[in-house]
Amino acid sequence: MSKDEYQKLVKRMSPKEPKFRNALVAFLVGGSVGFIGEVIVNILMNSFGLARVDSYAWLAFILILLATFMTAIGKFDNLVSKAKCGLIIPTTGFAHSIQSAALDYKKDGFVTGIGSNVFKLAGSVILYGIVSAFLLVLLKVVLYG
Amino acid sequence: MASLKFNNVYLNDWITISGPLESNSSLKKIDLKMDDYYFGEKTFEKAETKMQKVVIDKIIEKNKLEESDIDLLIGGDLLNQISATNYAAIDKPISLLGVYSACATFPESLIVGAMFLNNSSIKKVIGVTSSHNLTAERQFRFPIEYGTPRPHTSTFTATAGISTLLSKEEKKVKIESATIGKVTELGINDANNLGAVMAPAAAKTLYEHLNDLKRSPDYYDLILTGDLGCVGGSIFKEYCSLRYNLKLKKHLDAGCELYLKSQETYAGGSGPSCLPLVLFNKILENKKYKKILIIGTGALHSQTFVNQKSPIPAIAHAVSLEVI
Repeated sequence: MSKDEYQKLVKRMSPKEPKFRNALVAFLVGGSVGFIGEVIVNILMNSFGLARVDSYAWLAFILILLATFMTAIGKFDNLVSKAKCGLIIPTTGFAHSIQSAALDYKKDGFVTGIGSNVFKLAGSVILYGIVSAFLLVLLKVVLYG
Repeated sequence: MASLKFNNVYLNDWITISGPLESNSSLKKIDLKMDDYYFGEKTFEKAETKMQKVVIDKIIEKNKLEESDIDLLIGGDLLNQISATNYAAIDKPISLLGVYSACATFPESLIVGAMFLNNSSIKKVIGVTSSHNLTAERQFRFPIEYGTPRPHTSTFTATAGISTLLSKEEKKVKIESATIGKVTELGINDANNLGAVMAPAAAKTLYEHLNDLKRSPDYYDLILTGDLGCVGGSIFKEYCSLRYNLKLKKHLDAGCELYLKSQETYAGGSGPSCLPLVLFNKILENKKYKKILIIGTGALHSQTFVNQKSPIPAIAHAVSLEVI
């Protein structure tokens, strides 16, 4: 049996991921996070008299705090297994990726452990976030001056 | 040809310790239990070391032996440099031979131990192996708390430690013969489908074992593969039939047998401790199996090689056991 034939056999016999269902769950959960965010922004603007821009900064702070708290008490990963990528893609997931790495390596020392591993997962997000922001700004400058 | 027959080598006793999830799984009998993953230690790595220490001490105590009665300790685990085993042996006045074949480490320790008993003045050997879900996750996958969604082909590393006592004293289980496997690679590089990586290695070892010893699969009451999982187990059967024309009627996979469906481990258990845990605490408890062929399967995967897009090599070692 050739490697190609074997790979076909493996593909045939491996269970299919329920991609549509996962995407739907992620859409609904991610959308709900966005909805809750919008509610919080409105509360901040109306009840605390903050400007819209400032409310968004506070919103990010609140969501990150909630997510890291859930990670710290060991519940976020359970939520992720149910909510799929609905909680990984928003800022909650970014906070969680840093927090989980920090928790994981806290016993390996401040520099060799936390210091060198805290951005293990988030590093790619930061790097490619900056690179794509740079490219988009470049495009904007070229197109619109 | 790398099949060997042994004269008068016996598996006299075994001790297992199992983690919180494994203690509530389908196992029939449990020797020692861990209530949590820390096992009274500060880190998971230290917990895994303690698991090995406990099972070694317990098997010596249970058989009314002294540490000085043991000539050789053979063992390994999944951590870099087989650290859990090395640390567990620090205060032991016993010579240590470390072995590693990933999840096929357990049959490898039996083969090496049986060879020493057959061909040297060594009289008593202890084999030891362990795996810890969280140390393995940390080494091979993401940070533990990240909990990234896993595909249904992935397996869950079992948390358990196992020690075995081998000697020439005719007691409990005979180690009858063994086949040392060859490294096999059929182009799969999906670290989330290790069952598919290892299935061809298991099939090749099984085929060579049966061929070398001129046996048919029906010679055995049970063929127990190590940790192919439910997905890998069915690929293994299909591959055996297509590639080697072997129809397996009495095959079980330890990974697929270990957990309950409600425990949501997807394709089942894995890790070097998975096969001995199921063998000792489930299969041998069921007295109907007398001749058992165990095939430990190891995915020799390195994160560096996988990141560099290399396919994952696999190995499988088979040991034929006869219950006395």
